Amino acid sequence: MVGASATAALAAVPSAAGAQPARTGEPVLAKVAFTMNGQRRELELDTRTSLLDAAREHLHLTGSKKGCDHGQCGACTMIVDGRRINACLTLAIMHQGAEITTIEGLGQPDSLHPMQAAFVKHDGYQCGYCTPGQICSGVAMLDEIKAGIPSHVTADLTAPVAVTEAEIRERMSGNICRCGAYSNIVEAMTEVAGRRA
Amino acid sequence: MRSFTYERPGTPAEAAAAVARTPEAKFIAGGTNLLDLMKLQIETPAHLVDVNGLKLDTIEPTPEGGLRVGALVRNTDLAADPRVRKDYAVLSRALLAGASGQLRNRATTAGNLLQRTRCPYFYDTAQPCNKRRPGSGCAALDGISRTLAVIGSSEACIATHPGDMAVAMRVLDATVETIDAKGAARSIPIAEFHRLPGDRPEVDTTLQAGELITAVTLPKPVAGTHIYRKVRDRASYAYALVSVAAILGKDGSGRVAFGGVAHKPWRVEAAEADLPRGAKAVTDTVFADAKPTHHNAYKLKLAERTLGAALTQARA
Repeated sequence: MVGASATAALAAVPSAAGAQPARTGEPVLAKVAFTMNGQRRELELDTRTSLLDAAREHLHLTGSKKGCDHGQCGACTMIVDGRRINACLTLAIMHQGAEITTIEGLGQPDSLHPMQAAFVKHDGYQCGYCTPGQICSGVAMLDEIKAGIPSHVTADLTAPVAVTEAEIRERMSGNICRCGAYSNIVEAMTEVAGRRA
Repeated sequence: MRSFTYERPGTPAEAAAAVARTPEAKFIAGGTNLLDLMKLQIETPAHLVDVNGLKLDTIEPTPEGGLRVGALVRNTDLAADPRVRKDYAVLSRALLAGASGQLRNRATTAGNLLQRTRCPYFYDTAQPCNKRRPGSGCAALDGISRTLAVIGSSEACIATHPGDMAVAMRVLDATVETIDAKGAARSIPIAEFHRLPGDRPEVDTTLQAGELITAVTLPKPVAGTHIYRKVRDRASYAYALVSVAAILGKDGSGRVAFGGVAHKPWRVEAAEADLPRGAKAVTDTVFADAKPTHHNAYKLKLAERTLGAALTQARA
């Protein structure tokens, strides 16, 4: 998957950040390089910086949202090496060599990703705060179904997985929408799934 | 969050040595639990040893006919592995019943075993908690304890192990493989991996300082219907109030472990001969020494009924 990241990474860690414990309170900096939305990015960050904060505060990609900052709401969802993850619960420096896609990389206003277009068509949002995370999560979620990854509601673990409303709802339980646009979100995702089938 | 230094060692032995020699060091793999706790200053490591590059991410057959699951195999990959789905369905089911899609994509096999309790008083840094601050007391004893342990608890702690995966591994008789700072390997039966709180609730497992999990080995497959039933406050993305991991034959015979009830997955092998007689015969023995609180006594009935549902499913 990320074959290069592990080995290439060692060089990116300054020797100062080796076995020496930090003096309490003193920030520790480390370098990291990854590709975000097709663009190579090199950063020197406080080791504490989450991937979410690296994108929002350092690369000014503010599409990914900070909701709970504890992995409970899914507003920060990014696609890292093809997998959706909570960008708030991972350190940026852990992603040396990674390929990362945020909502800005999925589509732009003049070239919407089919999932973005479907959210517009089906009114899959109200305030819009959870939407970038919902869309990144939904795109990767349909890939997971396509790859045959089962879910809690998959009746037969050894049979191919069908795209049903129950499957989509279960698989999207890590993305909260406090406006409650869920039924329209499911409609948007169902339409995109059908188009791809 | 407290600041920390960071390194990526090249081998498991180097990783174990790095944590053993560095004060206040911790391993980080998926980070989904550790970073959550670091943000709350419940975990405050001064040094992180990133083990993600150690290539412990494969699932290999063993000469005994089982599977050796690398410590860094992500929960999604373990649940989706065709061999696990076919021969260890209780494990797939348990993994898929836990967390969210995003978290399962990051969370690892070893990290899942090492996740800390979700006792609300462990998380609330304004409250005393012997697990978080040894000797400070336990706010849960007289607090709201409906999610907490009914058996194996102590005067110092009534926290539960929150995971699903470990409950399935307990019913499968899995073995945890480790390496220490000197490079010595050790195998720990899953039954002896998590410990009861006793008077040291701050210690969750029997691992030594710097000891690194390298794999979890599953014995050869156990025949029967593999079942994982989880009862929770909402249909998805919630911890178990009670869960049942079972492998059962048509006559109800087999094995069963319970989750959500204790500081570790709870299994009493001596009670399993009674499985064909029905759920109550089993849970009467399994929970004979239970000491529930006023808030969580319902878990005893719930455990009986959840096992009853599993038996009905197996007999169908």
